[in-house]
Amino acid sequence: MTTQDYATRISQLIQEHEAEIGAEWVAQLEALTVRSTVVSKEQLRKHCQQFLTAFSNGTRAGELGNIDHRSWDEVRDLLAEISSTRAKGGSTPSETATFIFSLKQPLFKHLNAGFVNDPAALASASWTISSLLDKFGLYTIEVFQRARDQIIVRQQQELLELSTPVVKLWNGILALPLIGTLDSARTQVVMENILQKIVDTGAAIAIIDITGVPTVDTLVAQHLMKTIAAARLMGADCIISGIRPQIAQTIVHLGVNLEDVTTKASLADAFVVALERTGTSIVKKG
Amino acid sequence: MERIPILRMGNLLLVTIQVDMHDRLAMTLQDDLTERIVRDNAKGVLIDISALDLVDSFIGRMISNTAAMARVLDAQTVVVGMQPAVAITLVELGLTLHGVKTALNVEKGMALLGKTNF
Repeated sequence: MTTQDYATRISQLIQEHEAEIGAEWVAQLEALTVRSTVVSKEQLRKHCQQFLTAFSNGTRAGELGNIDHRSWDEVRDLLAEISSTRAKGGSTPSETATFIFSLKQPLFKHLNAGFVNDPAALASASWTISSLLDKFGLYTIEVFQRARDQIIVRQQQELLELSTPVVKLWNGILALPLIGTLDSARTQVVMENILQKIVDTGAAIAIIDITGVPTVDTLVAQHLMKTIAAARLMGADCIISGIRPQIAQTIVHLGVNLEDVTTKASLADAFVVALERTGTSIVKKG
Repeated sequence: MERIPILRMGNLLLVTIQVDMHDRLAMTLQDDLTERIVRDNAKGVLIDISALDLVDSFIGRMISNTAAMARVLDAQTVVVGMQPAVAITLVELGLTLHGVKTALNVEKGMALLGKTNF
């Protein structure tokens, strides 16, 4: 018996018993999956059915050892789709892999019945199918991981873009509200952003508001001082505002020298100073 | 030999660096500028480096030194138009041009010199 013959017989078997295998598989999956909330039952059934159809179609071509073959395109596409939907939905990798691995039991049951007169062929067919399903299982994990990685990369980029806005408050006055912990990579972006904005707008004063910075350690302070020094070199003054009482204490305890820098407790105070320096004043009407 | 022109406006000296700075050019500029400050009895120096978009440690130090020398000769010095990349490099090198005034562009630099000096 050649591989092609096995393949044809297995494919026939699956097609004949598709409904039964499908039902047993779904039952198995439902028993195994602890959290069934992520994937709905209807969706699970639909996926199982689609996979079985694609799988029996793929088996017919006889390429049981090579899942990269053209005949498996449909199966791979389907698995990729299922995997990435699950990754986005928050399934665990083992849940996703179980989807494939739990097909073994119902499938082997029917293989047993189909090859009952030929033990040697049964052993060989079982082994082939088992290793084939293993490969598909690994493939799902790979796709799952890739989908997760993409999500992480996208989020990192979004975070970086999100975190560094430079706002124009007045003619010649810029504000830079900092949110979140400052690390070297972020400081670099912040620094470049604000310096570029100073050039673009010709602003003479930049207010750096650190209300949203949870902690200030020596490294963060050093980063801030660098930004201020660079802005000064370009001819713009910097004011630090939004220093919380706790942070004021930390700065003094750490011995950070902020004497050359104008510091204010609130953005409003800083803005008033900035207006004074640009020769503007606000007058209340009436 | 290539030189960076130094223009005189009243008792101000105006230096605009429009070409790529190389080491020799920077050294010549230092000599010329100190010479001219003494000869013209200049009270203010304005160095425009807006066309300079790349500095290495040597050029960074030369800018810093030139500005410091002008200050020692009792001429108010303003460095104007520094590009963001140059500013970041100088800060990373620890050259913060202490005691030298800075401005965003020539116009603001002139205003600064005019306010403090004359």
